Amino acid sequence: MALTDASPIVTARLRHGDSHTLERYLATGGYDGLRRALRMEPEQVAEEVNAASLLGRGGAGFPAGRKWSMLRPSPVRYLVVNGDESEPATFKDHLLIERDPHGIIEGTLIAAYANQVTQAFIFVRGEFALGLERMQAALNEAYQHGAVGRDIFGSGFSVDVVVHPGAGAYIAGEETGLLESLEGKRAFPRIKPPYFPAAIGLYGEPTIANNTETMANLPWIVQHGGHAFAALGEGSSTGTRVFALSGHVRRPGNYELEMAKTTFRDLIFAPVLGGGIRHGRELKAFIPGGVSAPWFGPDQIDLPLDQDAVGKAGSMLGSGSVVVMDDQTCVVRAAWRIVRFFYRESCGQCTPCREGAGWIEKVVRRIEEGSGREQDLDLLLDVCDNIAPGLSWPPQQTTICVLGPSIPSSIVWAIRMFRDEFLVHIKEGACPYG
Amino acid sequence: MARLSAEAVAQARELMSLYPDSRSALVPICHLAQAEEGWLSPEVMEHIAELMGITPAEVLGTASFYEMLRTEPVGRYMVSVCTNIACLLNGAYELLEHAEERLAIGVGATTPDQMFSLEEAECIAFCDRAPCLQVNHRFFGSVDDERFDTLVEDLAAGRLDDDVPHHGVLSRVRRQGGLAVPAEQVRAERAEADRARAERAAAAQAERS
Ligand SMILES: Cc1cc2nc3c(=O)[nH]c(=O)nc-3n(C[C@H](O)[C@H](O)[C@H](O)COP(=O)(O)O)c2cc1C
Ligand code: SF4
Ligand code: FES
Repeated sequence: MALTDASPIVTARLRHGDSHTLERYLATGGYDGLRRALRMEPEQVAEEVNAASLLGRGGAGFPAGRKWSMLRPSPVRYLVVNGDESEPATFKDHLLIERDPHGIIEGTLIAAYANQVTQAFIFVRGEFALGLERMQAALNEAYQHGAVGRDIFGSGFSVDVVVHPGAGAYIAGEETGLLESLEGKRAFPRIKPPYFPAAIGLYGEPTIANNTETMANLPWIVQHGGHAFAALGEGSSTGTRVFALSGHVRRPGNYELEMAKTTFRDLIFAPVLGGGIRHGRELKAFIPGGVSAPWFGPDQIDLPLDQDAVGKAGSMLGSGSVVVMDDQTCVVRAAWRIVRFFYRESCGQCTPCREGAGWIEKVVRRIEEGSGREQDLDLLLDVCDNIAPGLSWPPQQTTICVLGPSIPSSIVWAIRMFRDEFLVHIKEGACPYG
Repeated sequence: MARLSAEAVAQARELMSLYPDSRSALVPICHLAQAEEGWLSPEVMEHIAELMGITPAEVLGTASFYEMLRTEPVGRYMVSVCTNIACLLNGAYELLEHAEERLAIGVGATTPDQMFSLEEAECIAFCDRAPCLQVNHRFFGSVDDERFDTLVEDLAAGRLDDDVPHHGVLSRVRRQGGLAVPAEQVRAERAEADRARAERAAAAQAERS
């Protein structure tokens, strides 16, 4: 495995300081994909996306083309673009929203055309003040340019797009929570079934919900063809993907890489990517796909950045974010901070999630502070088992949404991988790393 | 302030017209209200309810769910220090402790002069610049103690007023114009497109058999 010379698809434009402006966008081929799409029949556009086998970039990795094909026929249908990015350690949508808003808008319009939706919404996380400004400014420019609104580029196709601000809630990123939030309500995820908003979505109408990075790939796919996209990567992991690398690496950042062809080792250690562990330390563990994912150790570092391979190895590529922990990291503290996040963000509808997160947070904090008891580890595993029975991967679900079953990941895997370290905290009442 | 300004009322009406159901404009209108006063007072929530034809309890029900919507007053500058995983690994709690000392307040509190409020934030998607923070949702990355002190001084002296407006002001870019396509027109267009598509499918079917 090695780095490939595949050109970036969604970050290509970002080397320009003014990549967010219409002027730069047009100078770099912007809106050509939309023009081309509008000359095709809608079903041909959808066919290209199917051929690309583009996996959703929001976390669940569901093929976009397949999702679109499930859209229920109806006189009214909607598209909601998910730019709520709040999964800890994930920061690629933030980059795209601020630096390439037109790319997201163009992708949104292509999806709107392919699915013949009646209106589209771009939901931008509320905390992204600059992102909201850039997205709204870009949308204003796009309207003026004739790329949005009535009779787009003279094609006879008309659609409106609205930029919608969030207001601070991780759970609003879950796609049915997103729809509730967009309806002006608390972002309580909806009970399934229906499993897909394609059947019953926004205001009860059929709705497509896709991630912003998923949208950003569409102009390229239309321009170059779905097969060209599928030629990149391997198996079901096609195209490129933006990986957000953080933690104890020399060069944290967003790196767009060809899927499946590159490994975690490349991402973390290649001099042009992560550049290795800081301060000459060793790798202790890494989280391969957002804090909902089970952890990996140095043994798994040669796994490819491939959705199926990572799934088979017992975790997930998830939101495409990789957190690196060096050998001086207190894993008890790291696991505690992650469960504290879930505790704070649980919407409270389901007892296992709401109560479980609170209990786990308390017990891990107690261990971290040096007042843990020996039976605490079994207690933790037991509470985790109540949330996701069997503690397997992928997890069993007892709750309305998958936030619940994401809670045990960090705790269970940290205990499995570093039981000794938990025991030192308990027996000596202190952290070996100070 | 008891109520939204005339200007904000006009903007709120525009926002309501952008959605198939005006209730969808509730969160954007709450942001609009916060931009005026920095928080959502009971009176302003009543005014929003009146404008939208819903109850004040419904406004509060939604507003109280979201972290950014404040039903208690906060300082001119909301300092949100991220302590989530990537920042934790890069000294976020040490930074938070320093922030508490420098501002002489604890997490969740506001300085007596109403200038600064401090909160511990969840991941703000700026993890490659850990430890990082936001002031009124404007980003500051790779923040060490010294940089934090300079930032606080600059804010207090008004040197960052252009970059960091007072709490509640989110997007300063407004949408130009309402919806461009009337709902009936879109529906008619789509019905026509669906018919054409069905014909194409039937023709393709006929060709195959
Ligand atoms: C708790 C939770 C939070 C989520 N947050 C986000 C998010 O911020 N952005 C996102 O695109 N998807 C998020 N998702 C995934 C969405 O539910 C959904 O799968 C995705 O937006 C679909 O887009 P895609 O198919 O293009 O990936 C989240 C899921 C869960 C369970
Ligand atoms: S699993 Fe948790 S976050 Fe999801 S709906 Fe239930 S309580 Fe809410
Ligand atoms: S963990 Fe702090 S910004 Fe992401």
